[in-house]
Amino acid sequence: MVEFLQFTLSGISFGMIYAAVALSLVLIWRGTRLLNFAQGGMAMFTTYVAYEVIRHTGSYWAGFAVALAAGVVLGAVAELAVIRPALGKPELNAVIITIGLLIFLEGLAGILYGGQYRSFPAAFAIIGLRAGSTPLGVSRFDVFVAAAVLATTLLLAIGFRYTSAGLRMRAAAFNTTIARLSGIRVARVITMGWALAGLLGALAGVLVSPSTFLYPNSMDSIFVFGFTAAVIGGLDSPAGSVVGGLLLGVALSYAGGYLGSQGSDLTALVALGILVVVLMFRPDGIFSGPRVRRV
Amino acid sequence: MTTRGLTTGGLARQSTPRILGAALAMAVIVVILSIKLNAFRDYQIAEIAIEVTAVAGLTVLTGLSGQISLGNGAFMAIGAYTTALLMLHLGWPFLTVLVVAAAVTAAAGAAVGVAAARLRGPYLAGATLLLGVALPSVAYAYQGTFGGDQGLNVVFATPGFLGVNFPLTRWQAWVCSAVALVTLVLLANLNRSRVGRNWRAVRDDEVAAALAGVNVARARILAFVVSATCAGMAGALLAIVTGLVAPGAFTITLSIALLTAAVIGGLGTLPGAVWGSLVIVLVPTYATDVATSHGLSTAVASNIPVAAYGVVLILVMLVFPQGIQGGVRWLLGLFGLFGISAAPARRTASPSPVTPGLPEPHEKEGTQ
Repeated sequence: MVEFLQFTLSGISFGMIYAAVALSLVLIWRGTRLLNFAQGGMAMFTTYVAYEVIRHTGSYWAGFAVALAAGVVLGAVAELAVIRPALGKPELNAVIITIGLLIFLEGLAGILYGGQYRSFPAAFAIIGLRAGSTPLGVSRFDVFVAAAVLATTLLLAIGFRYTSAGLRMRAAAFNTTIARLSGIRVARVITMGWALAGLLGALAGVLVSPSTFLYPNSMDSIFVFGFTAAVIGGLDSPAGSVVGGLLLGVALSYAGGYLGSQGSDLTALVALGILVVVLMFRPDGIFSGPRVRRV
Repeated sequence: MTTRGLTTGGLARQSTPRILGAALAMAVIVVILSIKLNAFRDYQIAEIAIEVTAVAGLTVLTGLSGQISLGNGAFMAIGAYTTALLMLHLGWPFLTVLVVAAAVTAAAGAAVGVAAARLRGPYLAGATLLLGVALPSVAYAYQGTFGGDQGLNVVFATPGFLGVNFPLTRWQAWVCSAVALVTLVLLANLNRSRVGRNWRAVRDDEVAAALAGVNVARARILAFVVSATCAGMAGALLAIVTGLVAPGAFTITLSIALLTAAVIGGLGTLPGAVWGSLVIVLVPTYATDVATSHGLSTAVASNIPVAAYGVVLILVMLVFPQGIQGGVRWLLGLFGLFGISAAPARRTASPSPVTPGLPEPHEKEGTQ
């Protein structure tokens, strides 16, 4: 029973990171109907920025803030520089461009920092918390991870619901043409979506790196599971990303915990199993609306 | 995310003698190059041929049937492990092994195709991506059979009739190129047949294709089978060329590189599969040569090619939206204006068959 609680709690902590990545993919998908394969690479790069700032200033929070700001800038710059010129061309072109961006960022990080694994600090002590005398299997930092992603998600949800910028973004995602006819500058809204996605990715990178170490490919598997979470939840649904992320995080934590070493080798296979089962019943994810086929 | 190549799709309008002639010409070029160049270049020829085999299958799947796959690396892994296990335990000759490996991956492709038939766009991309990541991890979990991280060794030698002095790399280049060329010829013919027309019909409009009597699900599954078979053969070739089958060779990077090559070259066209394979094999090697010749530190020298490759991908997609083959066609079209090449002119000269009473067939623009 204690084990079960431990696995669940640590699963939630990792699941929230998958949720952050998933949410960033959903933001871009809703705006541009594009899968951003560079999301993990961008997060990796902003985490190196945080690493550099922390090393020079000695302040974790300065690094944290700069990483988020760098995420916003990187997201917006990527959209303006390489994605916008590709819109209106065959759809896969923009996908290949994001793959090119990913490879470029990983190469650049390798040029600047080499391939070695670097440890990245955590905001709080990573000593396990206890309830009375039972260890909970999670640390104060894990609690912070979950709280930070949850707070950001809620802020985004409130922003989408109650601000005019949020309304513009929802309108642009709902129907580009109508939004444009109503005077919304759709291009600007799309750039904003990329900037917010960059911020979420940067958050995920800073939060996950204490447990994965930092190296040019460090975000690859986080991206794969974040993408899986987004697909499970439904790429049009921000709430779906959070649910998908939590579901995946907890399930993978059980697989790694209960199935022993073979289980941790097979986490990706477990994730594939979950994905297949979900898509069998809901081909467009759990939170999909009625399927629309355009002629 | 519907995907589209050029509407009539590359070799579709080419005749059988022309296809065979092109394949024969390429075979001659490969033989001459493999004899003139050194062992490392022979290895690269083999590498390119392996990529061509896998990418040609993927370009048919994604460009013609409109289904994206980010997991064809998994099929390559199945083909490679089948090859290694059969050669290791049963010692069968390679040609037999190749056929069995192709059959095994075809079955795997059918299974995945059935599961994928309902999925569209990013959902299919996500499922296949995870397949590409998950399947090689089986090798870690069952070390006894698959050798875990270390993988399985494959012994492949030149046949006796070539003599003892015949370089192994040249023989490997020949075998791989032969398989690649046969694959290209078969795919070109398939593409021109009813099967190819059904795929394009399904890609362009599923409802219309179904109304015209095309079994949509069967067409989509068959495309997966064909694509998986090609990837499986590429995996078998990879096994005999590298002599080692280990999970480290079948990462997410491999699956992504295959799709990248197909799109960079020109999605849905077989010449495009060749262009794309040339780019993804030669650009990183060339950039490495340049970087190391300038005496840079290893961290920099080994990563400059990676960064440069990323930039090349972005630039090609921005400059040639239809891939390299699209650029080649455009160039040929320019020549056509000056009357140098007759091929593009003939295309406009032959009137499109218009059935009286029906609206003229129109090229669909982009994606809606």
